[in-house]
Amino acid sequence: MAEKRGRTLAEKVWDAHTVRRGEGAEPDLLYIDLHLVHEVTSPQAFDGLRLAGRQVRRPDLTIATEDHNVPTVDIELPIADPVSRTQVDTLRRNCKEFGVRLHPMGDAEQGIVHVIGPQLGLTQPGMTVVCGDSHTSTHGAFGAMAFGIGTSEVEHVLATQTLPLRPFKTMAVNVEGDLRPGVTAKDIILAVIAKIGTGGGQGYVLEYRGSAIESLSMEARMTICNMSIEAGARAGMIAPDETTFAYLKGRPHAPKGADWDAAVADWRELRTDDDAVFDAEVHLNANELTPFVTWGTNPGQGLPLGESVPDPAAIADETERFAAEKALSYMDLQPGTPLREIAVDTVFLGSCTNGRIEDLRAAAGVLRGRKVADNVRMLVVPGSMRVRKAAEEEGLDEVFTAAGAEWRQAGCSMCLGMNPDQLKPGERSASTSNRNFEGRQGKGGRTHLVSPLVAAATAVRGTLSSPEDLN
Amino acid sequence: MEPFTKHTGVGVPLRRSNVDTDQIIPAVYLKRVTRTGFEDGLFAAWRGDEQFILNQEPFRQGSVLVAGPDFGTGSSREHAVWALKDYGFRVVISSRFADIFRGNSGKGGLVAAQCEQSDVEQLWKLLENEPGTEVTVDLEAKTVRAKDFTAPFQIDDYTRWRLLEGLDDIALTLRHADEIAAFEAQRPSWKPLTTAQAAS
Ligand code: SF4
Repeated sequence: MAEKRGRTLAEKVWDAHTVRRGEGAEPDLLYIDLHLVHEVTSPQAFDGLRLAGRQVRRPDLTIATEDHNVPTVDIELPIADPVSRTQVDTLRRNCKEFGVRLHPMGDAEQGIVHVIGPQLGLTQPGMTVVCGDSHTSTHGAFGAMAFGIGTSEVEHVLATQTLPLRPFKTMAVNVEGDLRPGVTAKDIILAVIAKIGTGGGQGYVLEYRGSAIESLSMEARMTICNMSIEAGARAGMIAPDETTFAYLKGRPHAPKGADWDAAVADWRELRTDDDAVFDAEVHLNANELTPFVTWGTNPGQGLPLGESVPDPAAIADETERFAAEKALSYMDLQPGTPLREIAVDTVFLGSCTNGRIEDLRAAAGVLRGRKVADNVRMLVVPGSMRVRKAAEEEGLDEVFTAAGAEWRQAGCSMCLGMNPDQLKPGERSASTSNRNFEGRQGKGGRTHLVSPLVAAATAVRGTLSSPEDLN
Repeated sequence: MEPFTKHTGVGVPLRRSNVDTDQIIPAVYLKRVTRTGFEDGLFAAWRGDEQFILNQEPFRQGSVLVAGPDFGTGSSREHAVWALKDYGFRVVISSRFADIFRGNSGKGGLVAAQCEQSDVEQLWKLLENEPGTEVTVDLEAKTVRAKDFTAPFQIDDYTRWRLLEGLDDIALTLRHADEIAAFEAQRPSWKPLTTAQAAS
């Protein structure tokens, strides 16, 4: 008999939600604590329920928002694009019919689905969280098991509040040391993805651990978990600690009174046992990290800002060399060009990766008393209406507008360009979002993924820069 | 989902291999918000051609598609199965299916029957020589019959069972409704509800 070993955080959460263990080829049946819904991946799921005469089993564990399609200007007007409008209208009808709470455009709690869950205190340690969106991994920052699902799985969760699944493998991502000033969570995760590759996490839940992770704020942890999917992973998690509890305490849906104490006692158990074994482990030294930017067309094609565009000829692996050649041609970049000399047309600050209040504060700190370069347009899109309001209370909106940036309403916006916020063909952006795929921010658009600090400094200098370059 | 035991309908010979999901239903149809009504998108690019098999009588009314190898490759879109079913197909016969398409078929109630390529060729000849020939697909016996031609087909036991029973994924899970309810009953009371918006 195999010796009973300790459990990892991911395994503990999995075990605690197993309604039924699968026998033989049959998958486990996992209970879902929170289902987040948005307008793009839900219409056919609701329609499927209707066709089969089924109900939403737990509307009280379900919440919807409008984010992917919504315009970030003139939100009081009808949505101009017919496809976007249909999706938003369909969501409204479905939520009404099935009794699901919805935060529509203009609502005080509206925002990107992955920003509003944590903000409302609905995302809590040890939960299972799903959404028809791959960046659901964001919620793993609380020690929740959170992952994206497809439309038929959305229907499955609506109808049964469960999902048939086979267990994921576990990978420890150890980040030890202290970050230097100007180096952020975004730089950590871009470095992780560059290290393990965009397929390196396939089939795994990543658990980020180590002193550098423990010293991060909740929002920074969300930035890291958010991009787990860009390494191919199903989910990313961070064990909850005092930082997590402090963030949650007093939020609208956080437990209160005696419930709070019971919950915290439970949450303290949520850490990987010392004798647990991960299926894989990687290590990163935080002391060595510097601001990181991408040069190619996948999030794994990144380098420290101080370096130059790589020469594909120097890449030994044939597939990677070919990918690099293709990326450089799409990005219109020459090997050997210092990354700091790459000029951009647009800077996008926002998304579920970096659209929270700390991100806006960081960028505003750089922009205060400075101007966005003449030939650059900068879009600041808060992740939620609450973030927007908090920023306005601190006067951040004035810092942005005084610098010449545009201050917008909440939504996904230029992260994926489903709404009118898009790059034009050939335009180049520095973007705090999570995907630099060809055409992601608009057909023919070229994206460099960066941190909020680098985004702000880049807006001022007009070429990829870090705040140090401004002195 | 309707149980499937045996089906008889007009066979349609589709002499093409590597029919990918983008050919089954092009991406432009994916923007819709419904689960039904995808029949107009089925093989949309080919249906513009008058010579295309589905534009000819009596194949227009076909319900058993007999295709070349590697059917359903490419993107994982479930719409491919929906489009075939919405059009009226109950069965696709091929000597090789893409894995994801095969999985989606089982979930969507479409029978993906795997035959030897030599049997597919015989069926093609038969259906071309006598257009309108009906094909009988017997899921219990795992056989395909047309006139005096009979051939076995393969389908995995689990998928066959759920098709015979007419169980979609959700129905399968709901067989364990008691266990779900029991699990729910012991969830800690402090777990958050989206409805109870506590005063803040
Ligand atoms: S901000 Fe971007 S990544 Fe996040 S949910 Fe919206 S579209 Fe997806």
